[in-house]
Amino acid sequence: MTTILIAVAALLAMAALFGAILGFASEKFRVEGDPIVDQIDAILPQTQCGQCGHPGCRPYAEAIAEGEEHNKCPPGGEQTIQELSDLLGREVLPLDDEHGDASDIKKVAYIREDECIGCTKCIQACPVDAIVGAARLMHTVIVDECTGCDLCVEPCPVDCIDMVEVKPTLQTWGWSRPPGVGNAPARHIPVVNLP
Amino acid sequence: MSLLSLFRPARTESGRKLHDFHGGIHPPQRKTLSSEAPIRPGPLSATLVLPLNMHLGAPALPCVQVGDRVLKGQILAEASGPVSAPVHAPTSGVVRAIEPRPIQHPSGLDALCVVLDSDGEDRWTALTPCPDYRDMPRAELVARIRDAGIAGLGGAGFPTAVKVNVRDSQRIEQLIINAVECEPYITADDRLMRERAEGVIAGIQVLQHLVQPMETLVGIEDNKPEAIAAMRAAAAGTGIEIVTVPTKYPSGGEKQLIRVLTGKEVRSGGLPADVGVVCHNTGTAWALHRLVTTGEPLISRITTLTGTAFAEPGNVEVLIGTPVADLLAFGGVPQPHTGRLIMGGPMMGFSIENPLAPVVKTTNCIIAAPLSELPEPEPEQPCIRCGACAEVCPADLLPQQLYWYSKASEFDRAQHYNLMDCIECGACAYVCPSHIPLVQYYRYAKGAIRQQAAEHQKADRARERFEARTARIEREKAEKEAKRQARLEANRQKSSPATSVAAATPAADPVADLKKAVGEASSAYKAAVKIAKEAEEQGADNAADLRAEADQLKARADELKIALRDAKANAPAAVAPTAQAAPADPVADLKKAVGEASSAYKAAVKAAKEAEEQGADNAADLRAEADQLKARADELKIALRDAKASAPAPTRPAPASPAPAAPPAVSLSTAPESPTAQANAEDEASAEAERAKRAQRMKALKTAFNMSHKQWKEASAALERAERDGLPDVDTHRARVDKLKKKADLAKAQLNELVEAAKADMKASTGTDLKTLKLQAARAESTVREKTAALATAREAGDEERINVLQQELAAAEQQALETARTLKQAVAEQGLSDGDDA
Repeated sequence: MTTILIAVAALLAMAALFGAILGFASEKFRVEGDPIVDQIDAILPQTQCGQCGHPGCRPYAEAIAEGEEHNKCPPGGEQTIQELSDLLGREVLPLDDEHGDASDIKKVAYIREDECIGCTKCIQACPVDAIVGAARLMHTVIVDECTGCDLCVEPCPVDCIDMVEVKPTLQTWGWSRPPGVGNAPARHIPVVNLP
Repeated sequence: MSLLSLFRPARTESGRKLHDFHGGIHPPQRKTLSSEAPIRPGPLSATLVLPLNMHLGAPALPCVQVGDRVLKGQILAEASGPVSAPVHAPTSGVVRAIEPRPIQHPSGLDALCVVLDSDGEDRWTALTPCPDYRDMPRAELVARIRDAGIAGLGGAGFPTAVKVNVRDSQRIEQLIINAVECEPYITADDRLMRERAEGVIAGIQVLQHLVQPMETLVGIEDNKPEAIAAMRAAAAGTGIEIVTVPTKYPSGGEKQLIRVLTGKEVRSGGLPADVGVVCHNTGTAWALHRLVTTGEPLISRITTLTGTAFAEPGNVEVLIGTPVADLLAFGGVPQPHTGRLIMGGPMMGFSIENPLAPVVKTTNCIIAAPLSELPEPEPEQPCIRCGACAEVCPADLLPQQLYWYSKASEFDRAQHYNLMDCIECGACAYVCPSHIPLVQYYRYAKGAIRQQAAEHQKADRARERFEARTARIEREKAEKEAKRQARLEANRQKSSPATSVAAATPAADPVADLKKAVGEASSAYKAAVKIAKEAEEQGADNAADLRAEADQLKARADELKIALRDAKANAPAAVAPTAQAAPADPVADLKKAVGEASSAYKAAVKAAKEAEEQGADNAADLRAEADQLKARADELKIALRDAKASAPAPTRPAPASPAPAAPPAVSLSTAPESPTAQANAEDEASAEAERAKRAQRMKALKTAFNMSHKQWKEASAALERAERDGLPDVDTHRARVDKLKKKADLAKAQLNELVEAAKADMKASTGTDLKTLKLQAARAESTVREKTAALATAREAGDEERINVLQQELAAAEQQALETARTLKQAVAEQGLSDGDDA
């Protein structure tokens, strides 16, 4: 009987001790988990274009975290949907084309400066402050900062903003994916040809 | 294989232990095609094209103008950063253009080039040799190398000045001169060493002087016995060791050669300098020798012209910028050349599409071969997982895994398998029995990864900018609000400084007492209700009595409440500004009453239901009672709503009244709790929240409308195009247009609804609508204008008294105009009605 009592007491003491250690550790080394909204926001392409129906990427990230569908981002395309599905453990959905078509062609805004009347409407519309100019003076787009969101096109009263395609440069050019089984590569590397 | 060689390492004649690297292949050499003819001077082209980015790093910046006459060796473009190299004129002539031209790039894209028309005189500019470089300060010698535009001639084109400028903290153990030249066909270094070994050794000594290594090794493959002999002879007595390495592709790779000669491994992503090694190419050593002895910048290099299409293959000392077409003609390639044209070696080079592309600092070989010699690649077959690629990979990677992941665009996994350590040597593709263009897959994946990284960086920046902008807008709004509040407060203080202080204290006490009484009464009532309910549930006889008692209590509580409200209404009516100091809560009371009524109703319903279930007689009575309660609750709700609607925004003075007087009292005769509408903090907060919500919703709707409107416009354009061109899919376009139009209309309608609601709300809260407000603002403005004009006239007339009067009047009018304008603006802003929608 005493043996059992000792054993029980010992176990209880150990349980209390470990419980205390664990409790202390969980307080001391508490990890503030990265809030899910931040993680979603990190995946979204940050064009701030509003095509999802939200005023910016962050509001959409918040909406996704609250259960909204994650397939409403055309600039992100399939890849963003895939990454969001991985993150959230949700099903991979096809892109909802209600919100615009995904296109791989990168575009940036270009202001035809001769026609600009300096109304500053596009400056107010730009979500990333990528347009410089002042009232009644010509405006121009900082190309490197433009996300290609289109939001400045609509407010322009003289329609002097075009979305122009970004041409590949030597810095951004990359090899294309080989055409696959059954085809010889179009732009080949000479390699395998030594008999 | 590699494991065995670790146990039986090869040794050179000097006793140096050689190591081996994993994998490697032995492709046919084909070096004798070009290795037997001596180096010839290249042709002098009529036009030279000098790309500004022929080295690794930032492109050079042109420093000459179109039309400038330049001499051979004169600088054309300056280095534009720490890792950059200048470009010099390879011959004398006139700068014809600085424009984009096709260059030596697999993309076939154009790049900015300086185009130089040769005048045929080949006149040198003044050169300053420095044979006494050992006495020069180190920094000066490095600057000379930089100014001479010398870049690694092996293939990467890394600026030599950066590479030789080792930090003092770095101890360089080995200086390795890469003379391996392991790729088939190429013999440029071979010929250079055979013919100019002395110069190469002199150049190596310059490197030795700069790097101060413990030992200097020259690695040469054992298939170049003449070069080895020549170099040994030249290096005798200099302490430079010529090491023969076994022929194996790609032992000329930097990391592979370091491994072979020293046994050291350069870690993934690291530099050779991390393990105390610096690698340079033979050609670079020669260029350094030319620099110190003659002062020549890098304007020419030795390039191998090879392939059976050349009638006279061999090595030529070609001016940088010479178009490949001129070299083909020089080497006797029949025109037009229909076979393959490759710049670089057959393993790591690339096909060039435009023979006008120029030779650059890194061009070590031009192969022109008929298709019989270098046939077009065979079609790709499925991977049979033979693993041959993994056996030959010199970087110890798993090419098959990399292939799967690259093909499936699973780039993070490819990176996990160290794709970035691939040196693109092509050994895997060479041995692949399925003719899979593996290297192209890797290059594709590497490019995509780089692009993704760039996009990610851009997205981060966009996020930062977006957040900064949002924060700025918020801050501006808050500042405006704070200013407005401060002004409002100042006005209030001015208008009733005495009363606000005097009235605040006495008003507080009776109200507090009353409140307490109300609280007690209502809790007594609640207790009574509870008892009554219990009694009813138990079907007790005295349930009705208890209920009556509860009702009595309720009536008393109500009476007290009315008294309280009156007290409150009186207090703030006298001194409006103190309303917030003694918060009287008619709306809150009303709310509470509604809550009580509805809970009473619910309880009654429950009791009725139970009674019905038990088949009690009084079920019908209970039901009726419940209905009554319900009606009462509804009444109260309506009263509450009205009270809320008629409560003015407390922070804003009614625009029509000059001083903040008592807000309009609304009496609701139907409800016993008819409150005087006095705004309170809670109500204000909820209204505020509602407004904010609406503003947000309005913004989202606006975005949605704009977006769908744009899409509709685009779709309409597409439809027009389709109709014009008579395309078959007109109907789908039309359907899309209709759909988008509908969507846009819907969004607009919703938006309008919200705007209307906001306007109505504003009317309710300010007592006026937008139009009136605007009118007032305009009137005030015009008054100010009138007064100003009158003042001007009075000034001209010199009427002192009138001027004084007018000045006072003007000040008052200005004040009022300011006030009305502010009210209007705030009303608009509060309701989230921006200019575009109400106009």
